Amino acid sequence: MSIAPSLALGLPLGLGLAGAIAATMMKRGVAQAGAAVAALAFLLYLLAAPGVTETTDLRFGFWSVPSLGVVGGLRLDGLSLVFVLLITGIGALVLLYASRYLKGDTRLPRLVTLLLIFMVAMLGAVTADDVVTLFVFWELTSLASFFLVAYDHEKPGARKAALQALLVTGGGGLALLAGLILVAMAAGTTSLSGIIAAREAVLAHPAAIPAMLLVVLGCFTKSAQFPFQFWLPNAMAAPTPVSAYLHSATMVKLGIYLLARLNPVYQHEAFWQELLTTAGLLTTAVGAIYALRESDLKRVLAWTTVTALGSLTMLIGLAPALSATAAVTFLLVHALYKAALFLVAGIVDHETGTRDAAALGGLRRAMPLTALAAVLAALSMAGLPPFVGFVAKEIIYEAKLATGGAAGLFASIGFLVNAAMVAIAGLLSWRLFFGPLRPTPATPHDPPKSMLAGPILLAGLGLLAGAAPSLVGAWLVDGAVAAMLGAPAAVPLKLWHGFTPVLALSAATIALGLLLLLAWGRLMPRLRRASAFDRFDTARLYDRALAGLVAWAEGTTRLVQHGSLRGYMQVLLLVAALGPLAVLVARGGLDLPEAAPLDFRALAFLPIALGAIAAAVARGTLAAVMATGLVGFGTALVFLTFGAPDVALTQFTVEVLLIVILATVLIRLPVRARDVRTGRQRTVDAAVAGALGLSVALVLLAVLAAPFDPRLGEWFGAESVPGGHGRNVVNVILVDFRALDTLGEIAVLAIAAFSVIALLRASGRGARVGS
Amino acid sequence: MEIALPLAIGVLVAAAAYLLMARDLPRGLLGFVLLGTAANLTIFAAGRIGTMTPPLVAPGAQALEAGAANPLPQALVLTAIVIGFGLASFALVLLRRAHAEFGSVMSEDMQEAEPPLAAAPPAEPAPTPPPARPRPVPAPAALREVV
Repeated sequence: MSIAPSLALGLPLGLGLAGAIAATMMKRGVAQAGAAVAALAFLLYLLAAPGVTETTDLRFGFWSVPSLGVVGGLRLDGLSLVFVLLITGIGALVLLYASRYLKGDTRLPRLVTLLLIFMVAMLGAVTADDVVTLFVFWELTSLASFFLVAYDHEKPGARKAALQALLVTGGGGLALLAGLILVAMAAGTTSLSGIIAAREAVLAHPAAIPAMLLVVLGCFTKSAQFPFQFWLPNAMAAPTPVSAYLHSATMVKLGIYLLARLNPVYQHEAFWQELLTTAGLLTTAVGAIYALRESDLKRVLAWTTVTALGSLTMLIGLAPALSATAAVTFLLVHALYKAALFLVAGIVDHETGTRDAAALGGLRRAMPLTALAAVLAALSMAGLPPFVGFVAKEIIYEAKLATGGAAGLFASIGFLVNAAMVAIAGLLSWRLFFGPLRPTPATPHDPPKSMLAGPILLAGLGLLAGAAPSLVGAWLVDGAVAAMLGAPAAVPLKLWHGFTPVLALSAATIALGLLLLLAWGRLMPRLRRASAFDRFDTARLYDRALAGLVAWAEGTTRLVQHGSLRGYMQVLLLVAALGPLAVLVARGGLDLPEAAPLDFRALAFLPIALGAIAAAVARGTLAAVMATGLVGFGTALVFLTFGAPDVALTQFTVEVLLIVILATVLIRLPVRARDVRTGRQRTVDAAVAGALGLSVALVLLAVLAAPFDPRLGEWFGAESVPGGHGRNVVNVILVDFRALDTLGEIAVLAIAAFSVIALLRASGRGARVGS
Repeated sequence: MEIALPLAIGVLVAAAAYLLMARDLPRGLLGFVLLGTAANLTIFAAGRIGTMTPPLVAPGAQALEAGAANPLPQALVLTAIVIGFGLASFALVLLRRAHAEFGSVMSEDMQEAEPPLAAAPPAEPAPTPPPARPRPVPAPAALREVV
C-alpha cells in the first residue's frame, strides 16, 4: 500500500501545525493529543516508506520563486526516512511521557505547542529538497529550541542556557546561510538533488572551500562538535522530555543530517574527510572525558551525546561504504538508547527527587520496570550482544580499522572512548539500580504506564533490532546509505561476525569499561577537581566573547549616548563645520567673489557682528537678549537697504515681538545670570564655534563666487503680472505661485500656537514656580 | 559687499554656535534664534545682493525690470522669519515648562530620558566625553543580567 507524495510529505507538517495551534486552546489531555498527532505523522511516513528505496524517492513541490531561481519542495529518500521516523516516533513517545511528567503544570499547553512546532520544523528540515526550505526550517528548530530550553524562564540559569544555545546555533545558522548560498550559486540551483548532481561545478567554484567551511560551521554548531560542544550540556536546563527529544534524538542530529546529505558532493575531497574526522575524533574524546567528570544524570547523558555526535561526524568523514553504513546504524541505535536513557533519568529524577548519580543506588526493588528499561538501553549503549548497539560498535570498529594509515589512531581513541561509554552505561544501569539502596528525598516507585511506555519501547526496539539486524538493514539503513554515498552501496548488517580482531577489541573495550565503572566513585571527583579541564573549556571563550560584546556595546552607548546636551551639540556642530571644510579642501581651495566696493549699507553689518559677539559674551541673560535684538534689527536694516522692504518690515515686527516675549518670560525664570561654563569649556566651545563660523563664511563665499543662474527669479518677475495679477513679485510668489507652501506655514504657526497654549495651561496646573 | 556680508554671517554663526553649547538653556535658546537669523541672511545673500531696487513691477510694465532685486529668496526668507518666530516661541514655552518641572534651567539637571551624568558637572568634557566614566546604562545592563 502506498499513498500520494503530497499526503505523505505535506500532511504531517500540516497536522503538526494544526496540533500546535489547537494545543494553545486545549485545557485537558493536551499532551496526549500532541502524542496522537505525532503518532499519526509516524504512521503516514510508515505508509510512505515502501515508496522509498535505495533508488526511488517521493517528491512534493509546493512553492517556488522562479524569478530568483528557487524551486522549493519536499523530498523523502532513504536518509530522510530514517530521520522522519525517529522524529515522529520518539516525538510521540516523548509527548506521552510529558503528559505525566509535567502533570498539573499550567505551562503544559505551551510546551506541547512548542514541541509540535519543533517537530514540524525538524520534519521540514530533513525532508526539504532545496536549501531555502532547509534553512528556514533549520532556523525554526533553533528558535523552538530557544523557547524550550528557556521553559523555566524564571530561572536565570535556564535563560542563560537558552541564550547560549540560540547564539551558538543561530550564529552557526548565519554561517550556514552564507555557505548554502555560495553552494547554490556554484551549482546554479537551490535544489539539494540538483546540487548533488552538479558536484563538479560546486567543487570547481573558486569559493568552494569557503562555502564548504561555512556549511560545516553551521553543522558543527548545531551538532555540538568541538569547539562548540559546550552549549549542549547547558541546554539540559530544559525539562527532561525536551532534553530527550531535542538534545539527544533529533535537533542535534540535524547537523549530522546535513553533513550526510552533502556527503555525495564532498566525500572524495581530502579536506572534507580530514576536517570531519579530526573534529569528530576530538569531539568524541572531549565528550567522553567530560562525561566522566559529571554526576548529574542529565549532564552525563548530554556529554555522552556529544561523544556520539562526534562519532557520527567522524564516520561521515571516513569515506567508504562501510563507514556510511556504520554511521546510519549508529544514528538509529543512539537515538533509541539515548532517548530511553534520558527518559529513565527523568523518571528517576521525578520519583526520587534527585538526579545526582553519586547519591543514587539500589533502585531496582522500588522501580523494577524502570530498571528493566535502563538495563536494556544501557546494554545497547555499552555495545553488548545481542543488542543493536553491538552491531553498530562492531561495524564502527571495522570502519576504523579499514581506514589504512590512521587506523591505529582512530581505533585506539575509539577504544578508550567506547570504554568510557561502557562505564557510563554501567553507571546508568548497574550503579543506579543495583547494589545497596541509598536514601533519596522522595520514596521511589515505578511511574505510571504513560511514562514507562517510552523508555521500555525504545529499549526493547534496540534489542529487537539487534537480534535481527539484517531486517533493519534492508528496510532503513540501505536507503539512507545510498543517499549518503550518492549510489546504492550498503554493507549487510550482521550480529555475529565470527572471531575477528574486531570481536577482541569489543571484549577489551568492555573489560576496560567495567574497570572504569568500578573506579567511578573515586575517578569522578578527581576528574572534576582537575581544573585544567575548566581552563581549556571552550565555554570560557564563549563567555569572554559575550562579556566583551556587552562591554563593547556599553562603551559605544556611553560614547554616543552620554546624556550631556552640550556634548551632543559639540559633536553636531563640529561635524557641520568640518564636513563643508573638507569638501572645500577636496575641491582645491576657494575662489573669492568679485566684490562691489563697500558703501554706507555695510554699516548695517556692524550691528549684526557686534550684536552677535555681545550676545555670546554677555554676562547676564537679559543683556544677551538685548544683544540678540540688536542683531535682529541689523538684519532688518540689511533687508531694507538691499531691496527687500517687505522682508525688512516682517523682520522688524517679529523681532520686536520676540524680544518682548523673550524678556517677559526669561525675567520670570530664576536665571543664573552668568554663563557657568569653565574657562576651558569656553575655549573648547569657542574653537568649535569659530570653526563652524569660518566654515559657513567660506562656503557662502564659494557660493557667491560661482556663476549665478537667474532663471527662476526672472521667471517669477516675468509671470507675476500676467499670471498672478500682482505687481509686488514677492507677494505674488507667496500667495499665488507658492500658495500651498504659505498655507503650510500658517498651519505650522497655528500648531505652534496651540502647543504654546497647551504647555502654558499644563504648567499652570502643575508645580508652578515663580508667578 | 559680497565679501563683507559672508564674514558678518560667519561671526553671527559662530556666536550662535557658542551660545548653543552653553550649559544653561536660555543661552541655548538665544543661540537658536541667532542661528535662524544667520540662515535667513545666508539664503538672502545666496540669491545675490547689490541692488537697492525692490522687486516691484512698475505701473504699466508687464515684467520686472532687470535691475530689481531677486524676488525668490525674499519670499523664502519671509516664510522662514515667521516660522522661526513660531519655533522660538514654542521653544521658549518648553523652556518655561521644563523649568517648572525640574526647577532648573541647566541642561544637565534635565536627565529624565538620558543616562545619568557624573555627579559633579564635568570639569573638562571633550567633544565626546571619555568612555571611562562608570555609569549604569539601561539596555546593556539588562542584557548582562540575562547573560
